[in-house]
Amino acid sequence: MTTLSYLIPVALFLGALGLGGFLWALRSGQYEDLDGAAERILIDGDDKPQG
Amino acid sequence: MSCCAPGAEMALDLVGATSVLPSSQEIRLASRSLGDDLRQTDLSVPTVHCGACIQTIETALGKLDHVEAARVNLSTKRVSVRWRGDEVPPFVTVLERLGYQAHLFETEIDAKDKTLSELIRAVAVAGFAAGNIMLLSVSVWSGAEGATRDLFHWVSALIAIPALAFAGGIFFRSAWNALRHGRMNMDVPIAVGVSLAYAMSLYETINHGDHAYFDASVSLLFFLLIGRTLDHVMRERARTAVKGLSQLAARGAMVLRADGARDYLPVGEIEPEMLLLIAAGDRIPVDGEIIQGASDLDCSLVSGESNPRSVTPGEPVQAGVLNFTGSLTIKATAAAKDSFLAEMVRMMEAAEGGRAHYRRIADRVSALYAPVVHLTAFVTFLGWMAATGDWHRAMTIAIAVLIITCPCALGLAVPIVQVVAARRLFENGIMVKDGSAMERLATIDAAVFDKTGTLTLGKPRLVNASSIDPAMLAIAADMAAHSRHPFSRAIAGFAAPGGQRKFDAVTEHPGFGIEAAAAGNIWRLGRRGWAGWKARTGGEGRHGYGGTVLTKDGIIVATFDFEDAPRADARAAIERLNDAGVSVRMLSGDTAAACGEVSKMLGIDDFIPCLLPSGKVECIETLAREGQRVLMVGDGLNDTPALSVAHVSIAPATAADIGRNAADFVFLRESLAAVPLALDVSRKAGSLIRQNIAIAIVYNAVAVPIAILGHVTPLIAAIAMSASSLLVIGNALRLQGFVSNGQAQSSRQDGRHGISSQLAQPR
Repeated sequence: MTTLSYLIPVALFLGALGLGGFLWALRSGQYEDLDGAAERILIDGDDKPQG
Repeated sequence: MSCCAPGAEMALDLVGATSVLPSSQEIRLASRSLGDDLRQTDLSVPTVHCGACIQTIETALGKLDHVEAARVNLSTKRVSVRWRGDEVPPFVTVLERLGYQAHLFETEIDAKDKTLSELIRAVAVAGFAAGNIMLLSVSVWSGAEGATRDLFHWVSALIAIPALAFAGGIFFRSAWNALRHGRMNMDVPIAVGVSLAYAMSLYETINHGDHAYFDASVSLLFFLLIGRTLDHVMRERARTAVKGLSQLAARGAMVLRADGARDYLPVGEIEPEMLLLIAAGDRIPVDGEIIQGASDLDCSLVSGESNPRSVTPGEPVQAGVLNFTGSLTIKATAAAKDSFLAEMVRMMEAAEGGRAHYRRIADRVSALYAPVVHLTAFVTFLGWMAATGDWHRAMTIAIAVLIITCPCALGLAVPIVQVVAARRLFENGIMVKDGSAMERLATIDAAVFDKTGTLTLGKPRLVNASSIDPAMLAIAADMAAHSRHPFSRAIAGFAAPGGQRKFDAVTEHPGFGIEAAAAGNIWRLGRRGWAGWKARTGGEGRHGYGGTVLTKDGIIVATFDFEDAPRADARAAIERLNDAGVSVRMLSGDTAAACGEVSKMLGIDDFIPCLLPSGKVECIETLAREGQRVLMVGDGLNDTPALSVAHVSIAPATAADIGRNAADFVFLRESLAAVPLALDVSRKAGSLIRQNIAIAIVYNAVAVPIAILGHVTPLIAAIAMSASSLLVIGNALRLQGFVSNGQAQSSRQDGRHGISSQLAQPR
């Protein structure tokens, strides 16, 4: 029972971290141009995120 | 750059015939101010398709003066450029030089798709909640008891709250909307089931009960949201691809003021009596009358006439017509809102009524389904009340019935098939506006085709090239390269591979032809009466004194015959439609002779020539009154009202803007095989949808009695729901399996590359 009292919060926290990360990526426009992102990795010197 | 070059060049050839570079005034008008002297222009560049394209474009545009930043979006095939100052940087010319055709389109103020990001966020939240609650539920099912179980239930209840509020909100709003208008939709039983299940589980938790349905209510939301998001993504993708095509309506025009000043005004501000300057290559923005100048006009989008019309002062012109050869001054006779184009839009809106009567299969099923489910649950409650008198038990069992019948499989049954079908069509270069279009297409029994631009390419093709002296043909081709007249373009395609021949002077005489001087000789390419001024007789072609000839010092040296080339696979497509039991007709605004030729060539027995736009609508309405469901395939402005009055409609990508917007399907390739393919896929999708609904009903027939008898636990509910959903999804994926031949293989690549693919050579 005592292990549960910290395991559950830890599990939920990690899950929430993932959810938060996804929502952040969504908001910062990382899903706007999926095809372009796949190609841009081949371009040298283009490592700046979208302005 | 390397990989893009062939596709891009082909694109120029094809697209160039119907569109021209937007002028800098036009770009300025369409740009959006970002404040602080910064402006943003969005261009659609259909031919970008690789990393090299991105780099070429961004570097070249970035180097221009006043350009702040340029960013390519490969998914939507757009370039957005931010720039400063009054002068518009020449980015369209630069793109043109690199080999990319750029088109302007409206910069949307809120370009981001709100619905999509809301859906994705909802899926993420519901997924998070469903995953965590499932974990806790598994430990409850495997025997957690007493205080541990209560703790797990409480934690689940807490996690479910944001999921219900945020992800469930989409269903609650839609259900409330439907109920308020006295309708039923699939969201009503979902909303009722989910909220009752939550309320009952909360009550159970407070009273230390052993069965809580938090997992069921949240995972239900999760599954349904996935289906809904997929559906939305598919439709949105089709919509942006269609929108990215060239803009065919004029955006503004150069107005000549009384004091000689010239102003570039948006179309909406042009009033009757204003004088407008129309350069060669521009579209005529409003109805008017020619004051000065002579030219050839392309009326194919407006009237369906395949041959360009030569015009002289005094003649009326209609909005939407493309000016080919000479510059014109016209006097506006109507404002944009009273012009031909606007008239077509009004006819289209008036015609919209017919289609609104169609109700989607899913709506028809859910209108029956929801009352039955609610009645069953209610009767179950009354039955258990009467039998045991234990209201808590009766309530629990009634809610279990609601959960087990919650239309998880049914909610997926229709959209998942439509998403898979739309994906298949997309891979073959066909865009679908919405799912109901496929349902409607599956039921058609008559197809009506427009001629110019639909059955034919709307572009003349030189038919007697083999009988012309190659040397003469090469000279004609070099001369023709100086003109954008469609006949010239057809001849220019035969240019000799070794460089341009030198002419001293090439002048174009609008309405007549091209004159060139070389080595003391005068060459003319154009109308027989004008070019062959010395040889009024002899060497007559098919067209007698009309027709196009090449002359040297007035003596005819070559005669050119043209015909409107049929679209690739047109004949095969019509045969396949006939085989599928669909009767084919042709309606055209062109002359009976031109229609007769095409109908003989393509094997269409039934055609009506010389129709006005309203005539086409009447023809389709007559067919509809006879009880036929009509598919309309057309591209012109004059087809637009017919496109929207028909039961279902298809337009090629080269169609006028409003035509593409009115049509349910848009195909991007040149081949007309898209039409029977769309019919085929829609019919298969229709039968899969019926199978899926049958599966969902069989599942309910088995599961509901178990639930009514009170044997359903949360574990059984979770298993039954997931199993039925998987079954339905699996069945829908069989549609993908129908892809069999090599043609589909090669087209898969093309589908990704969108517009460029229709133009590129088959690989």
